[in-house]
Amino acid sequence: MAASEEASRPFAGLSDVSISEDIPVEGDISVPVGPSRRDDEFSTLDEPVKDTIMRDLRAVGNKFIHVLYPKRSSALLRDWDLWGPLLLCVTLALLLQGGAADHEDQGGPQFAEVFVIVWFGSIIITLNSKLLGGTISFFQSLCVLGYCIMPLTVAMVVCRIVLLVSSGVIIFAVRLVVVTASFGWSTFASTAFLADSQPPNRKALVVYPVFLFYFVIAWMILTYSP
Amino acid sequence: MSSGSGSRNTEPWGSFDDNLIQGGGSAVIDMENMDDTSGSSFEDMGEMHQRMKEEEEVAAEAAATEDDVADDGEFLGMKGLKGQLGRQVADEVWQAGKRQASKAFNLYANIDILRPYFDVEPVQVRNRLIESLIPVRMINFPQKIAGELYGPLMLVFTLVAILLHGMKTSGTVIREGTLMGTAIGTCFGYWLGVSAFIYFLAYLVNAQITMLQMLSLLGYGLFGPCIVLLVTYNIHFHFLFYGLWLLLGGLSTLRMVAALLSRTVGQTPRLLLCGTMALLHMLFLLYLHFNYHTIVEGQNQKHRGRSLWFSCCRSGAVRSARRALSRWFLCLCSNNFALSVTMETSTKFRPMTELPDFHEHRDVVIEALPPIGSQQPGELTGNTCSQVGHMTPVSSC
Repeated sequence: MAASEEASRPFAGLSDVSISEDIPVEGDISVPVGPSRRDDEFSTLDEPVKDTIMRDLRAVGNKFIHVLYPKRSSALLRDWDLWGPLLLCVTLALLLQGGAADHEDQGGPQFAEVFVIVWFGSIIITLNSKLLGGTISFFQSLCVLGYCIMPLTVAMVVCRIVLLVSSGVIIFAVRLVVVTASFGWSTFASTAFLADSQPPNRKALVVYPVFLFYFVIAWMILTYSP
Repeated sequence: MSSGSGSRNTEPWGSFDDNLIQGGGSAVIDMENMDDTSGSSFEDMGEMHQRMKEEEEVAAEAAATEDDVADDGEFLGMKGLKGQLGRQVADEVWQAGKRQASKAFNLYANIDILRPYFDVEPVQVRNRLIESLIPVRMINFPQKIAGELYGPLMLVFTLVAILLHGMKTSGTVIREGTLMGTAIGTCFGYWLGVSAFIYFLAYLVNAQITMLQMLSLLGYGLFGPCIVLLVTYNIHFHFLFYGLWLLLGGLSTLRMVAALLSRTVGQTPRLLLCGTMALLHMLFLLYLHFNYHTIVEGQNQKHRGRSLWFSCCRSGAVRSARRALSRWFLCLCSNNFALSVTMETSTKFRPMTELPDFHEHRDVVIEALPPIGSQQPGELTGNTCSQVGHMTPVSSC
């Protein structure tokens, strides 16, 4: 029952638990807390808030640039985040709201409606693409679909500005062109990311719901009347 | 006492064989050898675990921990979360939580259950869409119904989008709810609810159809109505709508009816099942069109985009609902549509009078319908039916 034997076989010493006084108890009961030093390098709890915010903003901005120039890169997929989609969705919903809040008729959709359409639609498309055998994960897909709403948000801003000027037929034609272009851009951008994760013969099956989703949003933007 | 004579230490902890072989005394471990201060087994386990971990990490941390030893000469783990025991406990709690969460997730949110129903090719979907408008005449042998959910689901969502468009252009105001909620509720409610109802009827009359096939059949049967609504929400001609309603709505209904007929035996079961299916499907298309119809004539109608249906639901009175329904049927009867829809259930589409039971039940049949000739056309304009069917600028509602 030497102490060394105890150390080599972990449970050897438990059969006789009493320790008589003449056997010296050796060993180090102290706890090595070495990893705390390594943790400080990885933990972001202690850095100034400005650093955290700047890092996140930079990540979001980086992804916006990837949406603007949709080439097949995996940056959007690798580190997904949902800040961008949330920001875009809230902006879009605020812009689309309150057009005719004082009339009985709803000249524009309410905030909740836009929110529900965007998020519920994204979830459905993600589930659909997963069920069709896609390799993309749930949140990655939400991230891509959310970021690709950006062209439509830009189109909404343009429409809003243009509607401040007047609301004739020519203005409608301009709005139609802008919204159609941004709709095409959104669909193209998101399929550039999503379609890669599908087997090649099923791309059309994944693209259709994305098309429908952006079509509904684009149509909401087009029929918005202040 | 247990380990003194026990030379058969097969296990490191000294197996119970020692006590059992001894036999004479009790098999209970002698408590006087237990050290009171040994603590609970939890701490022993913790100590063992920690010791094993230490053996792994001792090489890496030997240099780093030299100067920490002096500071950490206190009792193991009593330093909060930074202590090794605390961290290990937190780690175990995290693992246990993660295991439970993933178990629950796999149980309830397992989408792999639905995966086989989405295993389609785009060509197949396209073919099935086109076939949904082509009735098959073979009704003596069960027709093949594809059991997939991708096409029906996409068609229901397309219908939701079209319905939303129709609601917006007709200026419908939904007081208690949102447009989106109503559209989704209507379409999904129809698809799931009517499928379940027809499946239930099929179960009663012992027809050979599964729930998946019923969902698939009805889902693809919404293709015709989708096209009809897409066209007629934008181009407002009544005759166009009635023509498309009969043509496309009728074709898709016929396809579904033929599929159901081929899987049912017996005249009465066939009548029941297919009659219900035809009625519900045709009436649904009618409802969708007229409920969200643009009021083109009569500016004062603009704010009354709310339909007859909603006003009845909101008032809550069953009698008014029944009155509204009967008025609605009256309108249809006055156009001679209801008769053809409800009576056209015979498989070979013979005229009504040739049905074997017609003359016996003639009185019942005619009694059930409101008498046609007794009401003058002038009476109809005074009620809300005109808003639905005739679009004359009457403000009474």
